[in-house]
Amino acid sequence: MADLTRDDIDDILRLIDGSDFDELKLQFGDLKLELRRKGAATSHALTPPDQPAKVEPSPPASQATSASPSMVPTEPVAPTEPAASAGQGTAVPAPLLGTFYHAPKPGEPPFVRVGDTVAPDSVVGIIEVMKLMNTVTAGLSGTVVAICAENGQLVEHGQAIIRVQTA
Amino acid sequence: MPRISRLFIANRGEIAVRIIRSCRALGIETVLGVSQADRDSLGALLASKSVVLGPAPAAQSYLKVDAIVHAAKATGCDALHPGYGFLSENQDLAAACLGEGLAFVGPSADNLRAVGDKLTARKHAIEAEVPVVPGGTIETLEEAQDLAERLGYPLLIKAVSGGGGRGMKRVNSPDALAGQLDLAMSEALAAFGDARVYLERYVTVGHHIEVQILSDGEAVLHAGERDCSVQRRYQKVVEEAPAVGLPDALRRGLLEAAVRFARHIGYRSLGTVEFLVDVERQEFYFLEMNARIQVEHPVSEAITGLDLVALQVAIAEGKPLPMTQADITVSGHAIECRLNAEDLANDFMPSPGRISKVWFPAQPGLRVDTHMQSGAMISPYYDSMIAKLITHGANRAEAIERMQQALRALVLEGVTTNADLHAAIMDDPEFQAGGIDTNYLGGLLARMSGGAT
Repeated sequence: MADLTRDDIDDILRLIDGSDFDELKLQFGDLKLELRRKGAATSHALTPPDQPAKVEPSPPASQATSASPSMVPTEPVAPTEPAASAGQGTAVPAPLLGTFYHAPKPGEPPFVRVGDTVAPDSVVGIIEVMKLMNTVTAGLSGTVVAICAENGQLVEHGQAIIRVQTA
Repeated sequence: MPRISRLFIANRGEIAVRIIRSCRALGIETVLGVSQADRDSLGALLASKSVVLGPAPAAQSYLKVDAIVHAAKATGCDALHPGYGFLSENQDLAAACLGEGLAFVGPSADNLRAVGDKLTARKHAIEAEVPVVPGGTIETLEEAQDLAERLGYPLLIKAVSGGGGRGMKRVNSPDALAGQLDLAMSEALAAFGDARVYLERYVTVGHHIEVQILSDGEAVLHAGERDCSVQRRYQKVVEEAPAVGLPDALRRGLLEAAVRFARHIGYRSLGTVEFLVDVERQEFYFLEMNARIQVEHPVSEAITGLDLVALQVAIAEGKPLPMTQADITVSGHAIECRLNAEDLANDFMPSPGRISKVWFPAQPGLRVDTHMQSGAMISPYYDSMIAKLITHGANRAEAIERMQQALRALVLEGVTTNADLHAAIMDDPEFQAGGIDTNYLGGLLARMSGGAT
């Protein structure tokens, strides 16, 4: 499996900047990279849990990274927030499959709400697997911009629980 | 037990697709539990729904009993099919399904216990008056030497908890015993967490023949035998049904012994009783019972016309088998080739990669069980199977000819496969003559590499 380096990502970002596209999805092997131009409308916000995303034919990494340098624009436009577009933030994925609970107990206020500030060790929810409760932490700092997982519902491994706008 | 309306499939690859096929035909919805690496697999696309159980490594996804049972319940399933491999013969999964009110499409945890351990299975075989390979357990070198003296050489050391050829050692002479015993015990401990081993007579010329069992708990029926003698290091490569050149009396003995064994342990579900036929002595010995659907089940389906997965589901619903032994008749001959992504030139190393182009011909008498599609990934995390080609003909010669045609016609690009090996086997006069034994493939490979240099 090829490792994606920071340089590779910069190359890819330059390619998008020089293109007419607002969005790029790249998948090879286990690696999935989604990039969206700041301010661009999302074609579909999140992968619905019921429907795994279909394979979208995507260029292998070698093609993406070795493309002609003439496509690199002279002034790259702030390619610093690849996964973050307006109101989207960074997804906090479910570390395991199970039933998601947004509060410590039924009836109690949720761990986090939109607008809350979280730190990497902030608890954002509980995932129950066969009566075993697992706490989920944010893993990053920022402001909660969306609660994605529904209370009491099944979340898949890797499914977005909340989205956080990093500072 | 009520009718199954939504089935959770705790497996992947071609068997997930195979189970979905029967479920679609039966009008049963399917939920496929996948790993992150398989979320775009054909099975995930064909299932009514799929859920990501965990990351790619099987230990964190396909082997997680709690995640699987939780996912099955949370998606509203009323039954669970474990496929083959992974958790298919895991007592904890069967018990957890029972505890959660999910119908397990397989035998009971008690049945699994009866056959899960080679020693327990052997004890049941002896009780059921099913012949076993002469041998026994040993704990020390002295015991091993005593037993070996009585059995004669060559002999085989096997791990009590082993399977799939792992932890097996052949000993050809008394002076090799001590070294091989040490090796087998430490391998068994490393692989299965259980150092116990046993010794048995090594059959020099043997046929691996297995009997397909169907039981609803009352009637125990068989769907004939399969010959799986084309093996490399105890891994099956080509299977066929019926067995070639098996004398009638021996065949009858095998079929009856398999039914007797299944009845003795109160088996209920689909299963396979494996035997080693000792060609020189014209005897057969019980090897083990596989309490699940097997990779090579399609050859039995081809010659009997049965849908074994549909029957397995019906048994799990508590339905009686809809036929008697006399209703199961055998027609023609069937052969299966396991097409794997492996590199013959490099000691059969798996060669994972992306399938750039794949096409299987729609040819009379050919069935292809596969999860391949152009762009599909043969991932390094799981077995390297690409497809199973199954041909059926009026006789063995026709089945072979159809396999030769299929191997020539199919298109498979992007990864290195063992298709050339299958073509060589099908073209080989010795295979065509029939009656080859378990040493055959090793000999053919030696001839092939000899011819190349």
